[in-house]
Amino acid sequence: MQYSKKVLQHFTKPHNQGEMKRASGVGMVGNPVCGDLMKIYIDVKEDKKKGEYIKDIKFETLGCASAIATSSMITDLAKGKTIEEAMKITRNDVADALEGLPPIKMHCSNLADDALHEAIRDYQNKKK
Amino acid sequence: MSKKIYLDYAATTPVDKEVLQEMLPYFSQNFGNAMSIHSFGQTALQAMDEARKNVADFFGCSPAEIIFTSGATESNNLSVKGVLKSYCAQKNRDFIKPHIITSLFEHHCVLDSFRAVEREGLAEVTYIRPDRNGLIKISDIEKALRANTILLSIMYVNNEIGTVQPIEKIGKLVKKINAAREENSFPLVFHTDATQAINYFDCNVSKLGVDLLSMSAHKIYGPKGVGALYIRKGTPIKKIQEGGDQEYKMRAGTHNVTGIVGLGKAIELVKKNKEKDSKKITALRDYLIEKVLKEVPKAKLNGSKIKRSPNNANFSFDSVEGEGLLLSLDINQIACSTGSACSSGALSPSHVLLSIGLRPEEAHGSLRLTIGKFTTKAEINMVVKKLKEITERLRKISGTVLKEYYSKK
Repeated sequence: MQYSKKVLQHFTKPHNQGEMKRASGVGMVGNPVCGDLMKIYIDVKEDKKKGEYIKDIKFETLGCASAIATSSMITDLAKGKTIEEAMKITRNDVADALEGLPPIKMHCSNLADDALHEAIRDYQNKKK
Repeated sequence: MSKKIYLDYAATTPVDKEVLQEMLPYFSQNFGNAMSIHSFGQTALQAMDEARKNVADFFGCSPAEIIFTSGATESNNLSVKGVLKSYCAQKNRDFIKPHIITSLFEHHCVLDSFRAVEREGLAEVTYIRPDRNGLIKISDIEKALRANTILLSIMYVNNEIGTVQPIEKIGKLVKKINAAREENSFPLVFHTDATQAINYFDCNVSKLGVDLLSMSAHKIYGPKGVGALYIRKGTPIKKIQEGGDQEYKMRAGTHNVTGIVGLGKAIELVKKNKEKDSKKITALRDYLIEKVLKEVPKAKLNGSKIKRSPNNANFSFDSVEGEGLLLSLDINQIACSTGSACSSGALSPSHVLLSIGLRPEEAHGSLRLTIGKFTTKAEINMVVKKLKEITERLRKISGTVLKEYYSKK
């Protein structure tokens, strides 16, 4: 499998990896049949100027190298962003930031945006 | 010892130096076409005859029963499609759609050949499911047999989990079936894909009772792109490729003379060293399996521990995905293979592992380590050490997501 340097970096040394004890929102996507399961935790705080934003973010992923790399990358992309901005992050943004993914991996292992958005929705539901 | 560790001998093997030496003169020096009448051609033909004799000796058959092909994929395609073609070519007989049998965990070149003829409406197919240990039960074959069954194809040694099938017993069953069939009726033809068996198992075709047997040179320290098919004399089979009259008119196409010379030498070396190599490799495999199961937490062996090829170890690691494992091992200079879909470009994981009842995540979390005659104990120690580190790291990343997924179901 031809992975970019960036993918290999995030696979071997993922960022923001681990569990978050008191998360404001949690999102889990994927299934064992495809082989990938991703879980994103977010800690949302209120800022006077920018409003609600993702102060901290963590992930746990069972999956192939690109599943781990995309999880790691989305935590980098989302950290510090407002909820609104974070909702706009797409899988293409993740792939681009990783300097591309092998074509076959674009769909099956590029679920991190779904997991992030799921976590945000979970946060919003809890708030209601 | 080179720095890199190769534990993927079931994928392919390095060409033995003796084999290479034997092949070299046939590239630029003795380059003749074996079908030519002149001296160049005759030199090539002579070399090929010698190789054919070596192969025939190995299988305990006559040289006229060996045809050279481009490898086991071609031999297997020819077996399945050639027998069917022969059945369809029968004259003066009411056409009854034939029935053919294979197993669910054959190599794709066999399985997909069966699926192809089934799709084309040429035959009805029964796919036999192996048991949890990766073994085909004779009673399941007996149950599947019909009066119009004309072909049975069961692999000798499974390429992924290394389990050994009872070919000799199946051969006896086939003999019994054929003895009971009416004279002049189409027989039940028994084919085995022996690609993974050549190095370690008895391949005497009379003893096995097979009519067709496929093999590839590159799995036995020979070159890629060449293989053979044993065709018992009198077996109803037709060629599936048009062209020249090579290989007793069974396989058209200019002979791969260098490859065939290499195959001849490789099989001669297997015959000579089989006992010694088998013993050494079995001991290494047992050491590897024991060490992994003891030292790597939550590891399990896939496939029977007893009816198993000397070179094969196949594990599943809980909460670890195979492609990430493979890639991490590769970064650590260790080469092996996995049944995870993510490594092959397929969507679902290994059909072999699923056929023996593994859950998808167990198949995704599988690792195949296949050892060979150049493998050392030091290499195995290194692999197990790295496996421990890597599975620990990947499990830290996956946390408890799998457990959580099932608790929510």
